[in-house]
Amino acid sequence: MPPRCTVAALAAIWLPGLAEAAGALSPNGPVAEAQLGILLTALGLMAIVVLPVWLLAAFVVLRYRSTAGQTYRPEEDFDLKTDLVIWAVPALIVIAIGTIVWTRTHQLDPYAQVAPGDSLRIQAVALDWKWLFIYPDLGIATVNELALPAGTNAEIALTSDTVINSLIVPGLAGQIMAMAGMRTELNVVAEAPALMWGRNTQYSGEGFADQEFRVPVTSLEDFAAWAETARRARPLDRAAYCLLATEEATSEPRRYSAPEDGLFKAIMMQYMDQDRGRLCSDD
Amino acid sequence: MLGRLSWDASPFYGVIPAIAASVVILAAIATIVLLTVTRRWRWLWSEWLTSLDHKKIGIMYVVLAEIMLARAFIEAALMRTQQALGAGAGDVGPVGAEHFAQLFSTHGTIMIFFVLMPFMTGLINFAMPLQIGARDMTFPWMNSIALMLTIGGAGLVMASLVIGKFSTGGWTGYPNFTGAAVNPGVGPDYWIWALTLGGAGSTLSGINIVATIWKERTTGLDHLMWMPLFCWTSLCTALLMIFAFPALTVATVMLWLDRTFGFHFFTQADGGNMMQYVNLFWMWGHPEVYILILPAFGVYSEVIGTFSSKKLFGYTSLVWATMAIAVLSFTVWLHHFFTMGASANVNAVFGIATMVIAVPTGVKVYDWLLTMRHGRLRFDVPMLYAVGFIVTFVVGGVTGVLMAIPPFDYVVHNSTFLVAHFHNMVIPGSLFGMMAGATFWFPKAFGFRLDETWGRRGFWFWISGFYLAFMPLYVLGLFGMSRRMATYLHPEWQPWLIAAWAGAGLVGCGLICQAIMLYVSIRDRERLRDITGDAWDGRTLEWLAPSPPPEWNFGVRPVVTGRDEFGERKLNDEAYPVPDRTAYRDIEIPANAATAPLIGIFAFLFAFAAIWWMWWLVWISAGAIVLLVLWRSMRFSLHRQIPAETLYQADMAHRRTILAHADGDIGSGAPMRHARGTEGYLARERREREDRA
Repeated sequence: MPPRCTVAALAAIWLPGLAEAAGALSPNGPVAEAQLGILLTALGLMAIVVLPVWLLAAFVVLRYRSTAGQTYRPEEDFDLKTDLVIWAVPALIVIAIGTIVWTRTHQLDPYAQVAPGDSLRIQAVALDWKWLFIYPDLGIATVNELALPAGTNAEIALTSDTVINSLIVPGLAGQIMAMAGMRTELNVVAEAPALMWGRNTQYSGEGFADQEFRVPVTSLEDFAAWAETARRARPLDRAAYCLLATEEATSEPRRYSAPEDGLFKAIMMQYMDQDRGRLCSDD
Repeated sequence: MLGRLSWDASPFYGVIPAIAASVVILAAIATIVLLTVTRRWRWLWSEWLTSLDHKKIGIMYVVLAEIMLARAFIEAALMRTQQALGAGAGDVGPVGAEHFAQLFSTHGTIMIFFVLMPFMTGLINFAMPLQIGARDMTFPWMNSIALMLTIGGAGLVMASLVIGKFSTGGWTGYPNFTGAAVNPGVGPDYWIWALTLGGAGSTLSGINIVATIWKERTTGLDHLMWMPLFCWTSLCTALLMIFAFPALTVATVMLWLDRTFGFHFFTQADGGNMMQYVNLFWMWGHPEVYILILPAFGVYSEVIGTFSSKKLFGYTSLVWATMAIAVLSFTVWLHHFFTMGASANVNAVFGIATMVIAVPTGVKVYDWLLTMRHGRLRFDVPMLYAVGFIVTFVVGGVTGVLMAIPPFDYVVHNSTFLVAHFHNMVIPGSLFGMMAGATFWFPKAFGFRLDETWGRRGFWFWISGFYLAFMPLYVLGLFGMSRRMATYLHPEWQPWLIAAWAGAGLVGCGLICQAIMLYVSIRDRERLRDITGDAWDGRTLEWLAPSPPPEWNFGVRPVVTGRDEFGERKLNDEAYPVPDRTAYRDIEIPANAATAPLIGIFAFLFAFAAIWWMWWLVWISAGAIVLLVLWRSMRFSLHRQIPAETLYQADMAHRRTILAHADGDIGSGAPMRHARGTEGYLARERREREDRA
């Protein structure tokens, strides 16, 4: 892409009005901020290799076309100094970015807590084509609504009761896959109150496109009030879960109270012993 | 008797599938009628399908790739149209959710396995033996079988349009989505067997290419560093094919066993693990990226050297960079699943390993630019593709390095950013390379060049269409748009998708221009005739042979004394010496073999039967293949003799043509620039320059 287009594209991204749509480009948390920072740093470093390529390409194409009558050296095929430079410069840049990779991958490990203090535990279960979020410490559960208190570390455990899914909230952090019979983990912190969105990114069937969920980020007090309303909703017992798991897709948020104890683990363990572990009968 | 096959498999469950099936059937009928009316069946069979000539096999590979490219483009256009109109929830837009999933699954499968793979295998088949001064591949019969297996795989994808449905699991086909519990239909089985046949063909091709480069080099080329760069990239690609493809074949066959016989390799229960499939798939999948790109790098190296009228700059670096890429490509596959929950240590190691590949790739880009520096650049169509590639490919390189940073990959994995990235690699990288190569070697294959005007138009539509179609996807990926979405709940994405749709329209114009180019070129073939066999002032051995070359390629195999052998000969005024009758010997070339296409047909039937559970047909086809191999193995007369006198007369005739052309007696095409071995083109050019100065 010629540099001019890059500038135009970048300008367009930050045009007013697009900000809400900008997902990973309008971070609302330290992880997403760091990820955006990596993007910009790496782009800057790589410009050292890429800009000369474009300039050199434009230069040789204009200057050495056969009609231009410029210096012609058909035998020129090697130059040690040039050779060293074209190996060394990309290598140095890769070393620089490699250092970033090593440190940042560890700092931004999705399994590592992002903010200090007690974490809010959340268990996310991928279903066809919706997400169930269990808040075991609060005794509530939701569907398609991942409410988060601002400033608190949320430790999201993931599994799937269907095909592979992958959970992302673009404004908060990157994604981690959810797989049946397995537990993965994602830690996020939301900075300021906002209404955000997240989705499954791994194609999972016909309802995939609509498999989005809202992410209301609120103050601690508002979050507590929200949890209180959820506690008044109907309980998520075995029957309610089975209905939910087999039901057609719903993109509407729903709330439940009193999720069955150990539900997340039971969902996972179904796949360890398929004969005895089934949560829901086939009918 | 018919296994799972019943009337439910008919394509009349929707308007678009019904139209698609009708088009396939009508095209098949039209082809049959045309062949019958023009009485071309025998010609097709004896001149092409049963031929073991590496050049003809190469051409058939490219024809297959072009046909499949047309279908894959139509699918891409449908998907772009759907997404351009798909703002909203549920069933907005012309294409339903399930059909959209079939579209992205077939598009990816076709583009990788039945466009790029046959395209590059075809070019290697055609050009590499000529470049090393060989008469054929080491295993001509196996070569034909590999082609027929690939055609069989492509045939399965086409058959799925008419009988049953194709997979909806994407070109990567991850279980458990493709497992029997979630997708019990034939779709994933079609996908599995198309890949298995194509993959088996590719493994055979890889073995053949390596053996040929190892065993068939002409005298002088025992000095490996004198080989044209395209041969080096062919060698590396073929080594990758040999080592990578078995992983894919094993993974897909295991998946088929899971689906058909209740094995539990990749199920989520009973000891299976779907992550193991992902692991095996990418163990092939990442080297595959380089299998597709390295031959294109080879083409660009040849094209840039030739059209700069100059030796390649940093040949040794280019060779070592190619080898480095080939080796490193096996060390990075885990970056395709950074988001599967591996530890930070594992992800960081594979992230860094991935970036290391950017170093040799960067070296190559600079070497190509430095080749052009101090050259005398001619911007014929292949060179346009090469320059377009350099400028565009680095964007894909940058986004590739970005995605190799695990924390950033968490953001854009599975997003349209990824879609933009790999299209950025395979379109300006691989596909442009293939089109450059096809244009470059077309006169060698058919004896006339492709029309320049329509070729240029095609190029400009392709490259502008590429930018317009894929740059918006980078942006949308950062916004958070996932790949494979038929509809979306964010209306602010729509303008970007409309832009991408317009880009697909430009690419479509590019394809139309190329179709017109082909028509115009055939119509004007006398004007475009390549009389000397050296259409571009080439530098490597293939330009020494007449266009098209005789089936034995060289009457006397040329002796190589340095890099850019033919270019040097022209420079030293010894390009076309008088043939020496005593140097000619009787030769044997492989006779036609009907067994190869028959094996291809039975392999197709075997796969089709395995998909539909017609077990009797599975056994019959397998037995037939074994019998055909045995029968062929027991025959003695597999070769045809060509007397030395025939070779000599052919070479004399070629020389006479060149002399007549040099005297202006025949041909109104390109001015004769080098002939009689008395005035090398470059030497003359030099003198003219001195005169002007």
